[in-house]
Amino acid sequence: MDLSAINPVLLIASLMVAATPLLLAAIGELVVEKSGVLNLGVEGMMIVGAIAGFAAAVETGSPLMGFVAAAVAGAALSLLFAGLTQLALANQVASGLALTLFGLGLSALMGQRYVGVKPPQMARVDLPLLSDLPILGRILFSHDVVLYFGIALTAAVWAVLKFTRAGLILRAVGENHEAAHALGYKVVKIRTLAILFGGACAGLGGAYISLIRVPQWTEGMTAGIGWIALALVVFASWKPWRALLGAYLFGGVTVVQLNLQAAGVAIPVEYLAMSPYLITILVLVILSADKSSAPASLGRSFHASR
Amino acid sequence: MIRLEKRPQPSRAWSLATPLMAVLATMLMGGLLFAALGKPPVEAIRTIFWEPLFGEFAFYYRPQLLVKGAPLVLIAIGLSLGFRAGIWNIGAEGQYIIGALTGAGVGLAFYPMESWIIFPLMILAGAFGGWAWAMIPAVLKTRFGTNEILVSLMLVYVAEQFLASMSLGLMKNPEGFGFPGSRNLQQYDSAHNAELIAGTGMHWGVVAALIAVIFSYVLLNRHMLGYHIRLTGEAPRAARFAGVKPARLVLFCLGASGALAGLAGMFEVSGPSGQVSIDFNVGYGFTAIIVAFLGRLHPVGILLAGGLMALTYIGGDIAQGNLGLPSAAIQVFQGMLLFFLLALDMLTNFRISIGKPEVV
Repeated sequence: MDLSAINPVLLIASLMVAATPLLLAAIGELVVEKSGVLNLGVEGMMIVGAIAGFAAAVETGSPLMGFVAAAVAGAALSLLFAGLTQLALANQVASGLALTLFGLGLSALMGQRYVGVKPPQMARVDLPLLSDLPILGRILFSHDVVLYFGIALTAAVWAVLKFTRAGLILRAVGENHEAAHALGYKVVKIRTLAILFGGACAGLGGAYISLIRVPQWTEGMTAGIGWIALALVVFASWKPWRALLGAYLFGGVTVVQLNLQAAGVAIPVEYLAMSPYLITILVLVILSADKSSAPASLGRSFHASR
Repeated sequence: MIRLEKRPQPSRAWSLATPLMAVLATMLMGGLLFAALGKPPVEAIRTIFWEPLFGEFAFYYRPQLLVKGAPLVLIAIGLSLGFRAGIWNIGAEGQYIIGALTGAGVGLAFYPMESWIIFPLMILAGAFGGWAWAMIPAVLKTRFGTNEILVSLMLVYVAEQFLASMSLGLMKNPEGFGFPGSRNLQQYDSAHNAELIAGTGMHWGVVAALIAVIFSYVLLNRHMLGYHIRLTGEAPRAARFAGVKPARLVLFCLGASGALAGLAGMFEVSGPSGQVSIDFNVGYGFTAIIVAFLGRLHPVGILLAGGLMALTYIGGDIAQGNLGLPSAAIQVFQGMLLFFLLALDMLTNFRISIGKPEVV
């Protein structure tokens, strides 16, 4: 075992990279759940985003186009979910599972031609002075643009939910859809928009895995990150900044676990690989005592009888 | 103007018709998908649904139907109990893996002793393993209110890692020339889940699946506990007032589905699959979710749905060989089926009315 091989600066830098897909997916799902909808299809939307983004980036040669395509693909898949739950009033848990099963199959089908292909590389943002700072520059200021976008998105979602009228309406729909309907807000329309936003974010998160974090395409490569993102929303008690904190925590666990594997710790690889999932369970147990912050209409279908 | 009106009671006729309509719609969309992949659509659909039953080599494929259908039905029956009560065990894949490991573990521990007692012990161990794995989300839910969906799913990934560790380590065949994977239980008579009648595909797992169907039917229709399950699903508040204890229901539903999934895993590892290996699990635990819904969470429906889903697996394999249809296409096909089913389900609970709403 050689722990000295682990470089703390690189560790923190790669922690931020590992956390970004989680953060993107969790922020999207947070908005969806704030509107009172539980979309369990995050994993499916992420993996479809991962392959759609990968394919688009390879075909066009531009990673940025890949991310755009991933967001569109994620949103398109979430539109299916919106149709099922908002128009056909299907059970949200079952529809979310269907989305995940379908997405896993679809991505495997789409991805056949892309196994073993190398995607175009995303350029790093080079901030003139900041990137040259001794340690902080390496940790904080030499990443790709999507990573910063994730953090900016967290801030934006926080601000919109807290300070704007649109955020207030979204929260009202999530807390009590009957009252919101009575006030004249279009519950189904608002929820559909929230679902589309969640789908786009999950798609981006998936593409971040296939284009930047790994970067290559393998079947089922999201490996439960979508589900961890769902747990993260509970961990965050539906608060954006806590989602950021949670994403970094889980990113940290993943990276440390990988580093320990590489360093050859005496614990078998398989048990190290279990750790992110076990820690997710542990965190869920600790935090699920307090459910007061969950949106009151979460998971309930809305049907305007009049 | 088109509006939806909630029916006072779910329509019986529609609840029987929607699965059939969903299958037809899936065939149609599946045909389009296959055409888009450059395969002859009619030929592909015919290969999937006709070839295994009545084709030239049907004598070989028909037994496969039982082999593939049994674990699906066994798992789906367990899941349906919980789904009816709004308890979502989606980690059946993990319970299936652990059941296989505990079952095979007992068998391997006795090797090379021959005795009639070994196989029954393995069955018990398999059921216990699945039950114990499902008890984790169940106890966490009843004690701490933790979401059982997320916990049971996380445990699938844990179980997969555990399976890898076992097949590379503790359960690795000492005479296997260093290859991963355990001894082959098919070559160990006392632990082999052999065909009961040669050439039919009928093994103990099929028998267990049929028993599970009957038990679940009796439970849901003739037993107080089954009534409580249905009541909790349809009117949770009323169930509370009627004295149903939600915690007991969670423990029972998750425990039963875990035990059944564990059994399915144990019958698979000691029979058709034969050994513990890294890629032992093939997603039966997830496909069983589709089976449970396609069967309308009804025991008899699940039996039929399990048969149909087994058909798509086998037909998909044939289409892969004959037409070069990618195996992922079948996965998409199965996912589509669930989509159509959920979408058409609206017709059971709502009436579509056209025209102006009446003024009350």
